[in-house]
Amino acid sequence: GRPRPGGRTLTSAATSAVSAPEGSTDVSDRILSEPLKHSDFFNLKELFSVRSLFDARVHLGHKAGCRHRFMEPYIFGSRLGQDIIDLEQTAVHLQLALNFTAHVAYRKGIILFMGRNRQFSHLIETTARDCGEYAHTRYFKGGLLTNAPLLLGPGVRLPDLIIFLHTLNNVFEPHVAVRDAAKMHIPTVGIVDTNCNPCLITYPVPGNDDSPPAVQLFCRLFQTTIHRAKEKRRQMEALYRLQGPVEQGAGGQEPAAPPSL
Amino acid sequence: MATPCVFCGAAAFYRLFLGGRVSLTRRQGVWKAAAAELQTDTGFQILRLRHTTGVTTKKNVAALRRETYTVDFIKKQIEEFNIGKRHLANMMGEDPETFTQEDIDRAIAYLFPSGLFEKQARPVMKHPEQIFPKQRAIQWGEDGRPFHFLFYTGKQSYYSLMHEAYGKLLEAEKRQSQLQAKGLFSEKTETKDLIGSRWLIKEELEEMLVEKLSDQDYAQFIRLLERLLTLHCGAEEEFVQRFRRSVTIQSKKHLIEPVQYDEQGMAFSTSEGKRKSAKAEAVVYEHGSGRIKVNGIDYLLYFPVTQDREQLMFPFHFLDRLGKHDTTCMVSGGGRSSQAGAIRLAVARALCSFVTEEEVEWMRQAGLLTADP
Repeated sequence: GRPRPGGRTLTSAATSAVSAPEGSTDVSDRILSEPLKHSDFFNLKELFSVRSLFDARVHLGHKAGCRHRFMEPYIFGSRLGQDIIDLEQTAVHLQLALNFTAHVAYRKGIILFMGRNRQFSHLIETTARDCGEYAHTRYFKGGLLTNAPLLLGPGVRLPDLIIFLHTLNNVFEPHVAVRDAAKMHIPTVGIVDTNCNPCLITYPVPGNDDSPPAVQLFCRLFQTTIHRAKEKRRQMEALYRLQGPVEQGAGGQEPAAPPSL
Repeated sequence: MATPCVFCGAAAFYRLFLGGRVSLTRRQGVWKAAAAELQTDTGFQILRLRHTTGVTTKKNVAALRRETYTVDFIKKQIEEFNIGKRHLANMMGEDPETFTQEDIDRAIAYLFPSGLFEKQARPVMKHPEQIFPKQRAIQWGEDGRPFHFLFYTGKQSYYSLMHEAYGKLLEAEKRQSQLQAKGLFSEKTETKDLIGSRWLIKEELEEMLVEKLSDQDYAQFIRLLERLLTLHCGAEEEFVQRFRRSVTIQSKKHLIEPVQYDEQGMAFSTSEGKRKSAKAEAVVYEHGSGRIKVNGIDYLLYFPVTQDREQLMFPFHFLDRLGKHDTTCMVSGGGRSSQAGAIRLAVARALCSFVTEEEVEWMRQAGLLTADP
């Protein structure tokens, strides 16, 4: 038989066990499994640095009185009563979050941007529209995620990732969508400030969510990530479409290897 | 002796049961069942009556929702309308190519005359777009991804409109600050665009967006547009004008009676007035000495109360023409006060023909020309 593709694939066992005679499923498997073999397939670490986060004032938190108990691990210290967020940890978390977002976008998932701060509502909606994804920075109706077939229409597809640029709503309480996304098994990425609760968020990113430069930086980062991921997907599809008809006869090969005649 | 009677009685009931099974579900079955119950006391096993409901109650979710018309259905309706239009044109003997909607309305009114008072209940033949309410097509593609980027908010058209309006507001503010920085900013007040037009009402906005709105949503939107207007930027004017509707200004021009001339060449003018149940007709002569005759009697004798006479004199007094006009009136109905009011209105209307337009406007604003029922 043909040799299995090298490296540990994280695709389901069924697809790797069955040697698919058709070229299409083989190609789609290859497209989906390839990014999972590399730790930073989309090269996202070049998009930001601790210095750029510092310049965008991401390290500034709220006053010590507003501090949330569960944010204490992420806080570096406090200066003159204002909490300072540890940017080393932020960088690590941000790398994980961006990587996850990129993988979701690569697999053509629906990404929903949420944030209830009215100052940045327009910016978030514009960012979402430019990415080709979705935004919800308005009043959140009760059963939007949990009762979606009734509110949005039967057969609706729920978002595959929710990105919170503001975890709190206008009354400084945790946004209902955080809990609802956890209920509906939707992974979340969220920028958590020192007064937020990071518990139910899958990929929390400790950082400032109140200053304009910080929010603009995050919007730019997410936009770039999603663009890169979609671009990469298009490239991979084009590449495998060219290689596809050749591979059918030659058998399974590493995509990096040149196609044999 | 008792046994054979009961036996055939039981057999008869048995046949009744089998034959009349269908009717058992109805109310008559209850009585038969009661009768059967009594008979079973004798000890014979008779078929027990079992009431079953006809249809199992199951919530029909599709029927509970608003009736939705599919795109194919609407297309079929449009085709049928077009064919019907051509048939109608042939029936009326007119050219099918140039058969307009007014022609259709006239033809239908001719072919199906209806005496119904409710205009919307009469037979009508209009394009299906106007008859069937506008529906929402399926909002997402084959892969399930919605088309609109604000789909998950629930009110996508309204929020995208708000987003657009706010974007324009930001642009206008940026432009203004740039002009101010350069020092070229000039205060422009162009409020004349607003006169004669009103904001869209909530129902019109709902119709435009094909979405339900709440009062707060509507108020918020209007507030945003008004904020846009205060910035006075030319590019945004047309965006705002889309949400304004012209108001038909009621003509304030009254029908001014033409001046007539009698045998001696004296100019006079006639008009009518009403107040409560009193009706009056007044003839005002252009030149005179301020005499007023009511039903052939001098007004001092007809209206003993000063207040009524003051009412009659008020139009002249208002225009400073107290001793200059002669008046003759005929009045009927009502009481003394309402007769005085009716004559006052008639006299004021008659005076309009001798007086400038500006003074007519003053009289209207003073309330002399408005009928008081």
